[in-house]
Amino acid sequence: MRPNIKIPEKYRVVIDNDACISCKRCIKECSYGVLDFKDEKVKVKDGCVSCLRCVIECPTSAIEVSEKPSQFAPHAVFSPEIRRSIISQANSGGVLLSSCGANAEYMDIFNDILLDAAQVTNPSIDPLREPVETKTYLGRRPGKVVVDENGKIDLDASETPIVVMDMPIMIGHISLGSISYNAQASLFRAASELNIIAGTGEGGLHADFYPMAKNLCAEVASGRFGVTSNYLREVSCVDIKIGQGAKPGHGGHLPGEKVQKLISETRMIPLGTDALSPYPHHDIYSIEDLQQLISVLKESTEYKVPVGVKIAAVHNVGAIASGIVRAGADFLTIDGLRGGTGSAPRVIRDHAGMPIEIAVSAVDQRLEQEGLRDKVTLCASGSIRTAADMIKCIALGADVVGVCTSAMVAMGCTVCQQCHRGACSWGIATQRPELSSRIDIDIATRRIVNMFHAWNEELKEILGAMGIDSVESLVGNRDRLRYIGPNPRIAEILDVKHSGEGWG
Amino acid sequence: MEHDYYRSAALSLPEAPRVFAEQSYVVDIPDQHKPRMGSCGIAGCINIDGSLISGAKIEKMITTMSERENGLGSGFVAYGLFPDFAEEYCMQFLFESEEAQELTEEVLGNWVYMIKDEKVPTYPQRSMNPPFPLVWRYFVRPKKGTEAYIRTGLSEEDYMVRLVMSINDAVPGSHCVSSGKDMAVFKGSGYAREIAKFYDIQRYKGSMWLSHSRFPTNSPGWWAGSHPISILDWSVCHNGEITSYGVNRKLVEMAGYKCTLLTDSEVVTYLWDLMVRRHRLPVTAAAFAMAPWYYRDIERLPDEERRLANQLRITYKEAFLNGPFSILVGRSEPAVTMIALADRKKLRPLVMGVSDDGNSVYAASEECAIKSVQGDASIWATRAGNPAIVKVGEGIVRRGTEAPFLGAIG
Ligand code: SF4
Ligand code: SF4
Repeated sequence: MRPNIKIPEKYRVVIDNDACISCKRCIKECSYGVLDFKDEKVKVKDGCVSCLRCVIECPTSAIEVSEKPSQFAPHAVFSPEIRRSIISQANSGGVLLSSCGANAEYMDIFNDILLDAAQVTNPSIDPLREPVETKTYLGRRPGKVVVDENGKIDLDASETPIVVMDMPIMIGHISLGSISYNAQASLFRAASELNIIAGTGEGGLHADFYPMAKNLCAEVASGRFGVTSNYLREVSCVDIKIGQGAKPGHGGHLPGEKVQKLISETRMIPLGTDALSPYPHHDIYSIEDLQQLISVLKESTEYKVPVGVKIAAVHNVGAIASGIVRAGADFLTIDGLRGGTGSAPRVIRDHAGMPIEIAVSAVDQRLEQEGLRDKVTLCASGSIRTAADMIKCIALGADVVGVCTSAMVAMGCTVCQQCHRGACSWGIATQRPELSSRIDIDIATRRIVNMFHAWNEELKEILGAMGIDSVESLVGNRDRLRYIGPNPRIAEILDVKHSGEGWG
Repeated sequence: MEHDYYRSAALSLPEAPRVFAEQSYVVDIPDQHKPRMGSCGIAGCINIDGSLISGAKIEKMITTMSERENGLGSGFVAYGLFPDFAEEYCMQFLFESEEAQELTEEVLGNWVYMIKDEKVPTYPQRSMNPPFPLVWRYFVRPKKGTEAYIRTGLSEEDYMVRLVMSINDAVPGSHCVSSGKDMAVFKGSGYAREIAKFYDIQRYKGSMWLSHSRFPTNSPGWWAGSHPISILDWSVCHNGEITSYGVNRKLVEMAGYKCTLLTDSEVVTYLWDLMVRRHRLPVTAAAFAMAPWYYRDIERLPDEERRLANQLRITYKEAFLNGPFSILVGRSEPAVTMIALADRKKLRPLVMGVSDDGNSVYAASEECAIKSVQGDASIWATRAGNPAIVKVGEGIVRRGTEAPFLGAIG
């Protein structure tokens, strides 16, 4: 018996030799070493991950990648996926890693929610003819405008640090290290151009990116990599990362081979060392400790920028969220279980946490019950794939949605789930210069801008159809949603009526 | 038109009325052929010198616009009604049964001193659909100084708000329709002319009247859900459909109001009370929060006003009433005041008028309502999202065409 049992290949690569002109481009493009040129022909080896780089780059469309027909004997309980992972674990004895978001079908609730539209009793609005506003604020709100004894409004006493964005969208935290310099530069530039916010991710800010800091949100994670007071004072807001939806309860791990000059300088750690951020913040073991860190960050930014907290959606998310708001967070980000990651143990990626649909509604309801909802900005992320998801998420209770994976898809990512291997053929989740140079910053920026611009137009179309002319009137407006899925209990938890139920 | 959150039986069309509006600028079409195209109608009149106006005037105004209603609800509110009891809260109730009244009086006994109570005379009309509620009013004073009062930690007004909310929420069949000083609401299910006759509106005289006739789309009207909707001295007649209701309700519920009337219009009343009485915002600022300017227009405001405009949009984004509306708002504190406001696109009609002598000011959905009682009135229209404010003793404070916050910023 072999010590290692071979795991059957998942994808089949077929080269149409009639169409192939032997330009060998695909061989160069494949960063997983699957293709080779022998006997005047492109030869296919094992290991294709279906990143589709070769398929898309081939000048004659000669390559076809398809899923191999199921080789495992069909079994309803032991799916091929489960059998694969068992074999793999028996081979290696290790924790299985993966990336992107949870890969399990039962978790999508967005697809079970329908939107409302205006008919007869109120007019719908054509956003091409009339303004529909999508300007959004991020930060703590005062709850009321202060009026002095003479009945005059005191603006100085009413204003709080707040970030203005042109769309209710934030590009989520993706660190330099988990993605390439070019990819991060494109995300940041797109955020500046769109006047929205992008998260820096853990690991500081590269010197080149300081000019864009006004559109960046600095992440303070448990490793505190690259966090300097200068950095915090430059950005528009600061986010304490407690957790991430893809791996609640986990920290970060950037392997030493990715910590090259660029990363080592930005993160302020020696070349080639593993960048390990601890699972918890070792100065936060309680809500009081969190309160202290929030105060420290506010103090060091001279109360000029909002300080927020990001947590993974876990079962008790409502209570935790209210504690965080009471601890002084100006904004709160909830990351759902389908949220992406550059690397996470598969077992936690697929099995821990809560879908963002339920989490955002639960938090919105809880903050409302406690009279806190009008004081704080609620951001929600974790598989906001399209404008439709964004709109439903806002109607479920989010002021702002965080988007990562879709922005990467705009740059070329095909969600092949190999980010943890650092060999991204699209030049995104990699530090290899020959790969990251595949991202042209100008073009990638344009593509991200295009995508979000389109989302925002779709948001306006939907708002207009609902007879709403400003996005804040959709936030938590669950009256305008209906549930059409298989489990009415979910509708109840979401505080959304079932399709077919009217207003009463 | 508005939608209604009332859970109830299927929509039943009202009986064909036997009498047509006595005086109307609309052609008299037999009822079965009348186009059902209307919307709610609102009307208001106020005398700046505080002299009293007969209910006959407001009745004429609202019934002139009879094509805007479908018989599912109407109502009136009068201010300056009870000069002899001007310091007492007048709580006016609709009771569905005698038990409801008994239970209510028991609750009232715990909360307030009863100064006087009386049955409100009513005259059920044959054309109306029974059952008819028992209408009663109580002049009360909060039991201040008692231990129970002190334990609530509430201001006198908030104590009264809580009392009203508790009864409406917890006493079945009892609806407190108004609770302010020197004012009362008369409303119910029926055409405006029927409700006017039911209460014999002409017997009352007030320095200000507001009225509403209704065209609800989703349910038969119910008595307590008709307009004006009132809390303390605030009353609101609302013609509109709020597309942001879920958001607005959140804000008022967080502030302790209970939405029991099952109509989206209810939140409008509570928003006024919250922002102007409790947060002490100037009326202009509160109106701005409900019908804010577009950001592109805010950009053009002078520095301070722009800051305030942005701050109002940030702080009170849940108070923004999205969708079409025009509203008339009345209050008696500190002076009897009428506020008229339309949404920021002005998708619902609102016109103002003033008599030649300048003393009588009117607001209505349609000019004909004003002209029917004041032929010499000069008419103007408020701008979108711009409040007109008229006060007894002061006059027309704003015409609804001015810059947003005159004198509001310290
Ligand atoms: S890229 Fe296409 S055409 Fe070129 S070698 Fe590969 S398969 Fe042949
Ligand atoms: S970033 Fe690259 S490696 Fe990761 S999923 Fe996308 S294409 Fe695959």
